[in-house]
Amino acid sequence: MDGGSTIAITSDSDIIVARELGRRVGKELDFSLTDLTIIATVISELARNIIIFAKHGDMIIETIRHGKKVGIVITAVDKGPGIPDIFLAMQDGYSTGKGLGLGLPGVRRLMDEFEIFSETGKGTRVSVKKWLM
Amino acid sequence: MEVPILKQSDYLIATIQAALTDEDLLKLHYALVEQVGKHRSKGVIIDVTALDIMDSFATRTLRSLVHMVKLRGADTVICGIQPEVAFTMVQLGLTLEGISTALDLEEGLALLTTSNNKKRKI
Repeated sequence: MDGGSTIAITSDSDIIVARELGRRVGKELDFSLTDLTIIATVISELARNIIIFAKHGDMIIETIRHGKKVGIVITAVDKGPGIPDIFLAMQDGYSTGKGLGLGLPGVRRLMDEFEIFSETGKGTRVSVKKWLM
Repeated sequence: MEVPILKQSDYLIATIQAALTDEDLLKLHYALVEQVGKHRSKGVIIDVTALDIMDSFATRTLRSLVHMVKLRGADTVICGIQPEVAFTMVQLGLTLEGISTALDLEEGLALLTTSNNKKRKI
């Protein structure tokens, strides 16, 4: 991984800053307009979870190279309350009322790779990747 | 950045011009609900052409805005959702069910005028 940037997320205007950075990094990698929109939306969702549940945290945006493959990695880290039931958090909740409504299932659908670590009382780390096809 | 609200005959037109913070979006919410009463507006158009994303917060806020405006007696049309934004919203599981949408401002105004005329006939 290279060229990583970290943005401290402490208020809703930081969400826009993170989103714009993600879009810029994605554009440099030559992602399509649809992919850039997806990247910006995913950053928005993850950064908003930080604000709502942990009050503050970091968004890390990096580029990744794996052989000939190039991609973007977006990581959201916080020291908030953590997610007690990750299984429940990964259920689609917007229309059905199931799940926690964190938007995580949608984020997983939009990206190529999705990882989540969370410990109650210690924090949450969500890391997602999108490869340039 | 605050969203300007224009009054055009029976309608209010709010054109979102740049990425909005959550606070801006909430301000728009309150301003529209209030101005619908002040101007006795029959309809509201929210033009989101310049919005490069619609995340869950924006969608939820717009949805509740439309319902509140409805309770104040006016219809809302959301116009100008960009193709990439529509694609991403659907993938993310965000919907605007029961909410009128239009391709652009012109279509949006036409939609409001038609539904308003129908109401008058009844």
